[in-house]
Amino acid sequence: MKLTKTLLATTALTVAAGMVSADGHMSSEMTIVSWGGAYSASQKGAYHDPYAAANGVTIINDDSSAEAVAKLRAMSEAGNITWDVVDVVAADAMRLCDEGLALEIDPDTMLADAPDGTKASEDFGDLLVSECFIPQIVYSTTFGYRTDLVGSTAPTSVCAVFDTETYPGKRSLEKRPINNMEWALLCDGVAKDAVYDVLATEEGQQQALDKLATIKDDVIWWSAGADTPQLLADGEVIMGSTYNGRLFAAIEEQKQPIGMLWDAQVFDLDGWIIPAGLSPERQARALDYIMFATDTQRLADQAQYISYGPARKSSAPLVGKHKTLGIDMAQHMPTDPNNAKNTFLYNYEFWADYRDDIDAKFQTWLAK
Amino acid sequence: MSDSTANGLVLAADGTPLKRSLSRSMRRQKMRAFMLVAPLLIFVLLTFIYPIGVMLSRSVQNDIVPETLPETVRVLGAWDSSSGDLPNEVVYAAFMRDMSVAIKAKKHTRLGSRLNYEKTGFSSMFRQSGRKMKKLDPVVDAPFKDKLIKIHKGWGDIETWKTLQTYSGLYTSGYFLNSVDARMTPEGMAWQPEDKQILLKLFGRTLVMSLIITGSCILLGYPIAWLLSNVSPRSANLLLILVLLPFWTSLLVRTSAWKVMLQQNGVINEVLVWIGLVPDGERLILINNQFGTIVAMTHILLPFMILPMYSVMQTIPPVYLRAAKSMGATNWTAFWRVYFPQSIPGIGAGSILVFILSIGYYITPEIVGGTKGVFISNRIAYHISSSLNWGLAAALGTILLIVVLALYWAYDRIVGIDNVKLG
Amino acid sequence: MANTKKSDAFVEFERVQKSYDGINLVVKDLNLSMPRGEFLTMLGPSGSGKTTCLMMLAGFETATHGDIRLGGTSINNIPPHKRGIGMVFQNYALFPHMTVAENLAFPLEVRKIGKSEREEKVMRALGMVQMQDFAGRRPSQLSGGQQQRIALSRALVFEPELVLMDEPLGALDKQLRETLQFEITNLAHELGITTVYVTHDQTEALTMSDRVAVFENGRIQQLAAPDKLYEEPENSFVAQFIGENNTLEGVIKEIKGGVALVQLDNGDLIDAKPINVTQAGQRTRVSIRPERVEMDKSRLSSDAHTLKAEVLEFIYMGDIFRTRLRVAGSDAFVIKTRNAPDQIRLQPGQIIDIGWLAEDCRALDA
Repeated sequence: MKLTKTLLATTALTVAAGMVSADGHMSSEMTIVSWGGAYSASQKGAYHDPYAAANGVTIINDDSSAEAVAKLRAMSEAGNITWDVVDVVAADAMRLCDEGLALEIDPDTMLADAPDGTKASEDFGDLLVSECFIPQIVYSTTFGYRTDLVGSTAPTSVCAVFDTETYPGKRSLEKRPINNMEWALLCDGVAKDAVYDVLATEEGQQQALDKLATIKDDVIWWSAGADTPQLLADGEVIMGSTYNGRLFAAIEEQKQPIGMLWDAQVFDLDGWIIPAGLSPERQARALDYIMFATDTQRLADQAQYISYGPARKSSAPLVGKHKTLGIDMAQHMPTDPNNAKNTFLYNYEFWADYRDDIDAKFQTWLAK
Repeated sequence: MSDSTANGLVLAADGTPLKRSLSRSMRRQKMRAFMLVAPLLIFVLLTFIYPIGVMLSRSVQNDIVPETLPETVRVLGAWDSSSGDLPNEVVYAAFMRDMSVAIKAKKHTRLGSRLNYEKTGFSSMFRQSGRKMKKLDPVVDAPFKDKLIKIHKGWGDIETWKTLQTYSGLYTSGYFLNSVDARMTPEGMAWQPEDKQILLKLFGRTLVMSLIITGSCILLGYPIAWLLSNVSPRSANLLLILVLLPFWTSLLVRTSAWKVMLQQNGVINEVLVWIGLVPDGERLILINNQFGTIVAMTHILLPFMILPMYSVMQTIPPVYLRAAKSMGATNWTAFWRVYFPQSIPGIGAGSILVFILSIGYYITPEIVGGTKGVFISNRIAYHISSSLNWGLAAALGTILLIVVLALYWAYDRIVGIDNVKLG
Repeated sequence: MANTKKSDAFVEFERVQKSYDGINLVVKDLNLSMPRGEFLTMLGPSGSGKTTCLMMLAGFETATHGDIRLGGTSINNIPPHKRGIGMVFQNYALFPHMTVAENLAFPLEVRKIGKSEREEKVMRALGMVQMQDFAGRRPSQLSGGQQQRIALSRALVFEPELVLMDEPLGALDKQLRETLQFEITNLAHELGITTVYVTHDQTEALTMSDRVAVFENGRIQQLAAPDKLYEEPENSFVAQFIGENNTLEGVIKEIKGGVALVQLDNGDLIDAKPINVTQAGQRTRVSIRPERVEMDKSRLSSDAHTLKAEVLEFIYMGDIFRTRLRVAGSDAFVIKTRNAPDQIRLQPGQIIDIGWLAEDCRALDA
């Protein structure tokens, strides 16, 4: 039973791979899963609407990305996958790939070349962190602070978070070990390129937790990306971590008295996967969409709506002004040289291994 | 109608034995009754019993290991892990053959994720090894021991093979041990290191806080239910709508509203500071702790307490109170000795509902619970949707189910389940 | 009436009024006086104010105006639990979560009576209603009649001087009701308890009571012993309400020598006793009991007026015959005759003469 399913799936895959450019039969309807809110809106403006207009396809939006991994696994077990293209963070894409739930992608045949003929694999470069992952944006997790509540000297270093004497007041951090452990080690004197080596040891993990313990009583732990902007707006915290796009919205769109602290921002990637085991028609459609939506111009277009950096090198020069605010978007990108003076790259392999172990320790530490 | 024959068998009018005749006529009735419940029965079986059964079975299933590495598991059985030596080439060769099949079917990374729950590092080890082992031929390139150790040093670590051996069975008790802060090691059962012992604590906290929430629901709900059952039907309807109002707003909205109320710059603190009860520098911490969880969940679950109480209290005629007073009882005695005991079935039903609902809650504790107000369900949710460790989630869920059934049984023994009235 | 014998009155209502809504009075200017040991029944249709009176006496309702006295002291401001009045309710009101013995012990417990004395009193009270064997049962395990016996003994167990009963037999079947009526009156008289009994069943009122107060529209229409009430109703409501009654309407022709000559609406003349009519020309409703109608002319005085009647229906009822007649245009005229060996059984269609003694026919308000 299982064997036949696998065989069928593999056959279908091979067949479909050969069919992409043939443009034989593609389904006329597709379900695209993403995060909802402003982010989905930016994708609609930059990708969905132009694609649907050009191809006469009906696109159904589903805001389930937060539970995408679990839901895809459940769908796959039930043998009924209803999603065609799914927007996930790179770590989730990697897990889906490991679980055999996502289609493997060959960037050079399945993705568009850059306008100057550069192959996709080179254009995306090392952002192709998993065989199944098609990068879309670079976002960062970084800190925002209340300009009116941090005193006369605005923080310039991420270690201000751990400095409760200069910056008394509550800060908000995400209720998970990822990023927090790295920042703690960085501010405890560990060199940037040694962070993950240290964190791989019991002592290093303890060191990070001990550093976090110095501010534990001053932390409000968040679990949704919207929490920190809200906490900042309410004056519940004086600084807090969240995604840079959220802070952009709070500062530029809602005109809140919030400042960006780009120091030691953690780069992360968000992008697409195509579920494994789709019917040939649906898979052809999904691949066709991906080819369109991740080309150089389209990725640059998305930056008109939201302050996340396009994942292709070739897109960067094309980033223009915000669609409604009319401000120049390049300076708000996490990848802008002014913002990216000190950045930190999230280590996917490390967290895939250590996530459960460190999370258990982190939660135990939290509950203490 | 019926008559007795010589052997004493009672016959129906047509001569068939009465018993058979009766059972035939009853059978039709039973069939009809069964047909009436059949749609619901099938629905419940398919959408409730079956999924729960599947979920529970995950808590012991381990077939991914013997199915992905069938040969390895077989030959590894002969290896003496206590010898201190690595397995011999036979094991490595079998492993190579199993892996080359698994890599083709893209199943090796899945196994890596599974085993990573038991030993950190397996995930990347399988992923990285897979890429390199793809290039080896399971026959031509023998022997493999040194080649594999060169590919990833983990294959030269005796702990790797011990873990594989420990988790080679079709079934495992590992998930259940994990859910009570223990684990299965090659040497047998052991407690988790202290810095990872959290689940028992969360179970305890979930039970204690659910009891507190149930208690506050009783205290707050009882007077309302009493009022509801003693005012005119018109006012009762209006009050009932107010009681049900929370049901008409989304759970997230209600919980977020509590955030606005309780946070340090929230409505309550602002009012307290404005009145002068609390100095500005010492605003009360009302949220992101156990207090916040208790307040928000009491509010959300209150209707589940009030409604059964109300439906029971409605059936208690006010004449009992009059009778008690006519016999010389004060208002309090009449209430406590006569009214209250009769309202216990409502309290019981409400408490069971609220308690069971609250031990399974996770959204509200997640939002307002901070670090000390989260429940075991938050960990279950984490393992279902983030860590994908469904086996552990299933084991935790099973334990929760058993705890609920045990409490239900205890309630039946102490109070009596027929003392529960939902209406 | 109450003020005249204030000294030996035990229960007194003086000018009591009650309104729930501030617009309508449900009890209007009630005056009532009961001596110690009396069994008084408040009888009336529902909504006549009788239950309200009982509840005011028990303390569950407060009088809007007036004074209620018990043993000479006003109890208007005494809460119910301090009044020491026993009470029996229509649906028994036995506490379902307590056994029979616990139910009976309850009023003793709240009076802080010791355990041994309590048990003794409970058994004695159960003995009064022959229910000792049921002490350990729950009320739900008892029949209606048994429950009412328990309710009765619970109302008596703390030896109150006054017991109130609110339609206690309403939920029982006829036979059981009769047995219990007998038991209750016996018990009340034996123990010398003053009893106020509320019912809408007139037979119950007549058979049990020393006196009956007939309520209608918030007032006592007549307060009298049962026989007086039946035989000498003071107004047409009482006459109608108590027992079966034939009424005919007409105008007073003249009143002479204690006898009124009434001209019925169809022109026939009859004799009647004037009760609350005073002069010729008044409209009146004459009332005559079915058993006082005479068919045998020889038993009437020679100058008595008679009426022609057509037999419509003859019903055999065992001990009596009930015959429905058409009299003076009314189809609802009933006569009752004893089932004696020489009694005639009338046939429908027969025309007969009927008449009565003038004192049996009462001319009342119209």
